[in-house]
Amino acid sequence: MPIISGVYEVIWDATFQLVLLGSLLIGATSGTLGAFAVLRRRSLLGDALAHAALPGVALAFLWTQSKALPILLLGATVSGVVGVLIIEAIVNYTRIKADAALGIVLSVFFGGGIVLLTHIQRSEVGNQSGLDKFLFGQAASIVRADLYVMCIVSVLVMIAVFLFYKEFKGLIFDAEFLSALGFSPRVVNLLLMGLIVLTVMVGLQAVGVILIAAMLITPAAAARFWTDRLHVMVLVSGILGALCGALGVGLSALAPRIPTGPVMVLVATAAFLVSVLIAPRRGVLARRMRLRANALRENGQHFLRAYLALQTQDKQEVVLADLAGELQLPLYRVRRLAKRLGRDGWVNTHNGACSLTKLGHKEADFVVKSHQLWEYYLVYRSILEEDHVDRPADEVEHILTPEIIEQLETILAEEDIDIVGDIHKAHSGYRRTGRDE
Amino acid sequence: MLHAVDESVTPIHIHDMTVAYHKKPVLWDVDLAVPEGKLVGVVGPNGAGKSTMIKAIMDLVPKASGWVHIYGKPYSRMRQAIGYVPQRESVDWDFPINALDVVLMGRYGHVGWVRRPDKIDRELAEEALEKVGMTDFGHRQINQLSGGQQQRVFLARALAQDAQIYLMDEPFAGVDAATERAIIDILMDLRARKKTMLVVHHDLHTVNQYFDWLVLINMRIVAAGETRDVFTEDNLNKTYGGQLTVLSEAAQAVAHHQRGL
Repeated sequence: MPIISGVYEVIWDATFQLVLLGSLLIGATSGTLGAFAVLRRRSLLGDALAHAALPGVALAFLWTQSKALPILLLGATVSGVVGVLIIEAIVNYTRIKADAALGIVLSVFFGGGIVLLTHIQRSEVGNQSGLDKFLFGQAASIVRADLYVMCIVSVLVMIAVFLFYKEFKGLIFDAEFLSALGFSPRVVNLLLMGLIVLTVMVGLQAVGVILIAAMLITPAAAARFWTDRLHVMVLVSGILGALCGALGVGLSALAPRIPTGPVMVLVATAAFLVSVLIAPRRGVLARRMRLRANALRENGQHFLRAYLALQTQDKQEVVLADLAGELQLPLYRVRRLAKRLGRDGWVNTHNGACSLTKLGHKEADFVVKSHQLWEYYLVYRSILEEDHVDRPADEVEHILTPEIIEQLETILAEEDIDIVGDIHKAHSGYRRTGRDE
Repeated sequence: MLHAVDESVTPIHIHDMTVAYHKKPVLWDVDLAVPEGKLVGVVGPNGAGKSTMIKAIMDLVPKASGWVHIYGKPYSRMRQAIGYVPQRESVDWDFPINALDVVLMGRYGHVGWVRRPDKIDRELAEEALEKVGMTDFGHRQINQLSGGQQQRVFLARALAQDAQIYLMDEPFAGVDAATERAIIDILMDLRARKKTMLVVHHDLHTVNQYFDWLVLINMRIVAAGETRDVFTEDNLNKTYGGQLTVLSEAAQAVAHHQRGL
């Protein structure tokens, strides 16, 4: 199998291992810092930084005629930071808003960078310089000396994140409070921004100026779906970034003409999409399932209320067609509903009619009671404890728990409101969309 | 100053403080000496500079002139003496953090740079959560808390600061009745322990009931002193002048007040 043996050869190739390690580090660093950048809503800053870095790379090369990574990255850092400072100056001293300022600076610097790069490519010394790799990134261009630089910077960045984790957390959540505690938010912010600059710069060679911001944003955005704890998010984001880096390099190594940056970003985006879909609680599917479960419960409760409304003293069953009329639903849906409630052990269906089980009666009484109590409550006191409820009333009655019902009863008893009447008769329409009362 | 202030027993002493945003003053020539151990209300219309005053005390906004002394010393040397409850809307409640971690932030000032909160800090944070009745919610993500619960978490964070003075920016805004009662109980308890509190407040009806000292403010100090001396129709007119709806509310509140309610 030529492909398999090809893969085998690639993996055991020393250069490949070097490149793999480099991308792993870059992915981990940008993932980690990305978590903070995204939460601080500074992710586009990474984009501006990276694009603004391009002319710096070109100028550093023109000036020194050297393509040593530290020199190029120094140039990149200087012009990247200058770009960001110009953005801030524009925002502070003109009426132009941040997004426009970012767009202006990003495109001007990038345009300038491309002009310089083209000039270099056409000159005699330049066409071998490999500077064009900085556009889309080419991890394969990493050499041993580059790797040392990356290792050192990545490790330093990680250590700094570990040391100042508490300060970063405080800054992003509540900068004013942090300031009141005696930490200078300006210093903490500068530190965080500095680390983001370092992260972007160290990733330039492998991922490229155009796409490095995606490595900052995407793993972090994906990680946010999986957790509600910052340290977990930072870890997940870092690991995800590392995986994307490694996978990206691996995949692009199989087809060597594909630049690594885009492949890494595609892998990261795939991880993001998967997270959006299947993450528990925050994911789209989980949300859909919750909504569906709610809808089912609501329909079930409407069914029970309609049943009580229709049942008569002498007959312990109700014809499904009548229920359909009462609920204003097509018969097939009522049948399906009855079947489902049957599975819950609330309803027995037989020959187009149904009857409630003991359990079903108990549930139905609870439903009617909560509905009635809720209506009484809304009438007698228009505001409810914010603790429990801030949804429209018709949604609320479906989510009342037995504890809340008990509380309602106590309150109504305190206010001396008599709940009278046959609760079985208490029904006032089956609002599906609500809000029309 | 017309009268001398004994600074060593004065928790907050503001002298000739002016605060400006973009060169436009929002708070003029504030002179104020807050007495120790009082629950002090800061009341005034929207845009009167209530929050600004609190923030200026803590150097969160720059002062155009004047100074603030905390027990006779500049704020920068007395940070640990002040606990802060910011407005609830000032933070993003979707931030990935749980209630206990938020409260733990109150300990950061004691912990200092780089070091981590230790077991004692953690215990103090849990204690603070318990005081606000939120023990069971410590591990709840903060966006899964109701508005009242979020406000309690903020209060617990300030309690964890273990301060002498508490500055609170509308702690009663948008909370349910149970939370309002819980908060006021805690404030009363703090007062019993000789803590001084400066509380920005909106509801004129409860002013009389909650605060023993009052600062009426509308871009300048209109009146400050014991609530029973300061909370008068005349002063409220000066504070809310021209704002009709608030004026009628004020009149009603004063009527309640004078009937001894």
